[in-house]
Amino acid sequence: MKTRILGVVALAAIVAATFVALVVVPPDQNQGDAQRIMYPHVASAWLAYLSFGVTALAGIGWLWKRDLRFDAVAVSGAEIGVMFTAFAIWGGMMWGRPVWGVFWQWEDPRLTTTALLLALYVGYLLLRRLTDDPERRATRAAIVGLVAAVDIPIVHFSVEWWRGLHQTATIASPDKVLNPAAPMAFVGTLLGMLAAFTLAWAYLMVRRYQLARRELEREERGRIERIVEARSNPVPSEALR
Amino acid sequence: MTDAGYVIAAYGVILGGLGLYALALWRRLRGAARRDDDAA
Repeated sequence: MKTRILGVVALAAIVAATFVALVVVPPDQNQGDAQRIMYPHVASAWLAYLSFGVTALAGIGWLWKRDLRFDAVAVSGAEIGVMFTAFAIWGGMMWGRPVWGVFWQWEDPRLTTTALLLALYVGYLLLRRLTDDPERRATRAAIVGLVAAVDIPIVHFSVEWWRGLHQTATIASPDKVLNPAAPMAFVGTLLGMLAAFTLAWAYLMVRRYQLARRELEREERGRIERIVEARSNPVPSEALR
Repeated sequence: MTDAGYVIAAYGVILGGLGLYALALWRRLRGAARRDDDAA
């Protein structure tokens, strides 16, 4: 019931934030209406970081405690993170064409490292399908999730470390939130969209975790059934010779 | 394409994608619950 309420609140928040972003806030003086794409683009990128961070922490949790509930959290974060990374890339492309003149540029470090991030976590999800053993799968995934997480700070700081098309962060510190380079109406709308998307992320994480737990329980039941069946139908010793 | 076209394409895919994923997740959960009921 609480999860359902969270879902309804998240939906209402996204509708309200989208209305403000598309209708209430004026167009940017230089970028025009294309600037409106920034709101879901930045929110998606933030949630991609958060999701993959959760996957890495849950991976550590599994390696430390050997509790498969951590693995359920990890796969939830990875799947949802892949979705938000794809959204961030799509939003960036739709913004880049009218503002930069190109959809994509491989020479840009932010774009390329984000594409790598997407590929790494698609690989993470594919790797999980290689084995049916939950513990082996969780261990392999935890290691890959931790290695892939190295790309998160590289993506984030790529705009500071290297030169490229992508601008530096508009809101990089609490000081910048209070004294932003952009008008307060834009920053407020961005923060509103961030909050709305984060609520939706929380709802999806809870639902995906519930699904992962159910899948784990079903796998466990199947394993027990196979053991019981094998014990009740022992292979004749002649057949083993 | 105009700026408005890019804005519609961006919001359409992102919000539509979020909605579709939520729907797919709900269907997967419902399917899992049904399988659990059948097994019980």
